[in-house]
Amino acid sequence: MKILLCASKTPDTTTKIIFSADKKSIDANGVQFILNPYDDHALARAMDLKEKFNGHLTVIHVGDGTVEPILRRCLAIGADEAVRVNAEATDAYSVASQIASAIKGENFDLILTGRESIDFNGSQVSDMLGELLDIPSISFVSELEIDGNTKTLRRFIDGGEERLSVDGPLIISAAKELAEPRIPNMRGIMQSRTKPIKVVESNGVKPLVELVELSAPDKKTSCVFIDVADAANLIEILHTKEKLI
Amino acid sequence: MSVLFFAENIEGKFHKSVFEALTFASDTAAKLNTSVVAVSLGTVDAEELKKLSGYGANKVLNVADAKFNTFNSALYASALQQAIEKEGADLVIMSSTFNAKSLAPRLSAKISAGLVTNVIELPDTNNGFTVKKPVYSGKGFGLFSINTDKKIVTVAINSYHVVGGKDGNVAIEDWTPQVNDSDLNIKVLETKRQKGKISLPEAEIVVSGGRGMKGPENWGMIEELADILGAATACSKPVADVGWRPHSEHVGQTGLTISPDLYIAVGISGAIQHLAGVSGSKVIVAINKDPEAPFFKAANYGIVGDAFEVLPKLIEAAKKIKAHA
Repeated sequence: MKILLCASKTPDTTTKIIFSADKKSIDANGVQFILNPYDDHALARAMDLKEKFNGHLTVIHVGDGTVEPILRRCLAIGADEAVRVNAEATDAYSVASQIASAIKGENFDLILTGRESIDFNGSQVSDMLGELLDIPSISFVSELEIDGNTKTLRRFIDGGEERLSVDGPLIISAAKELAEPRIPNMRGIMQSRTKPIKVVESNGVKPLVELVELSAPDKKTSCVFIDVADAANLIEILHTKEKLI
Repeated sequence: MSVLFFAENIEGKFHKSVFEALTFASDTAAKLNTSVVAVSLGTVDAEELKKLSGYGANKVLNVADAKFNTFNSALYASALQQAIEKEGADLVIMSSTFNAKSLAPRLSAKISAGLVTNVIELPDTNNGFTVKKPVYSGKGFGLFSINTDKKIVTVAINSYHVVGGKDGNVAIEDWTPQVNDSDLNIKVLETKRQKGKISLPEAEIVVSGGRGMKGPENWGMIEELADILGAATACSKPVADVGWRPHSEHVGQTGLTISPDLYIAVGISGAIQHLAGVSGSKVIVAINKDPEAPFFKAANYGIVGDAFEVLPKLIEAAKKIKAHA
């Protein structure tokens, strides 16, 4: 079984986001970059399946060489090899297109991504990649089992969940319920040092969407404090002044 | 530039988020001096379909084929591609539901249309086509320009006000797109939806509890206040992690991002990851024992006090208000 994990690099969840002067990116000063948390859940499930079926797990990333520690961590957790497409991840479509080109003819049985990256929150790459590879795509997946050629899944839908099955190759996006992230052990870390990270050149795709500028949320007006003894007044304010209840 | 709107039904009914996104589509079409064609996929009765015109659809394409009664991103994308060609549409708009976030990217790659998901304001069409969406899980906003001829936008749930009452008598055209058998390879085995509960992403009011609630046995008060206010309940990550509440209630950076009109946070300190998930709320109320809790910096109203002292007072006051309503 050939499995592919699409790995995205994002700022750590505790990062206070400050935008750069040109408003095109974040100020990376002092920011710790990590594997996108949802991708970490996807990686854990990919590892379960790799171990169960004695499969082969490849990790792919679109971006520059600064991602190496993140790819090494994936290798330390147990991925067999990593591929980096040496191109700027300008929009979701270009990422999906770069991955599709890089894995052309590889015929993966299962491809996983996280349900969204925690930077641009697009939830786009997996279904775009499914379309480009002409294979089914199922997103927001919370359970995934494989039996022979059949994959059985559970996914989130509005107001509930759905259980599905599909035969043949499949791409999914992982919700965090899919699996608990793994932590690399010392043996894995040692082994990861000699595992290959292959670099592939860009396919020259043009993005469909362009970032114009980033902005910080408006500052809320300062908090109006209400004394505990007058807590009932809060309800009164929400009712008469804010007209919310 | 004509607008195609995907009207997604849930078990044959359109929900508030559809009317919200349709109002958005109708207002966008007005800016562009064009009209809105709504497409409905799967079995929906005539009375329900008529509702779409009330929210601004100028025409409804009704695909009654039962093959569309369960969602399949490839099947749906192919139908929408055919609808776009049939209607000569250049802009596709839909609500940011789970299904749409699977369908829209698939369609985008299929027709090379630039896509922006979770848009919160009408597009700026004065100079090109730019749209705004939250980024960094609510820690900021991004303005994006879609430069392709065909464009797709999904509208963030609870970000746009519903305006109904428009002419309710437009044409409903029955239409049958071609179906590729190879797109029918996904089988839906079972669908489970919580009945009678307010869906958290759609809720206008949310009452949320954190570790300050001390244990799952104390959630009765959160639920009681939510019931009285017609609110959904939510929780912080630590609370979901220790299993006091289900993960489906977890709001924050790695949980749900919500933007209700009113968010009441009880016993939640307001870690940056939690705030990211709720910063789109119009009014935030924080209740916390600790006057230094970061939530107070993000809140519009605050009560420094013990949840167990404050909640009963709020419940009592809310009961009185509702009794008079």
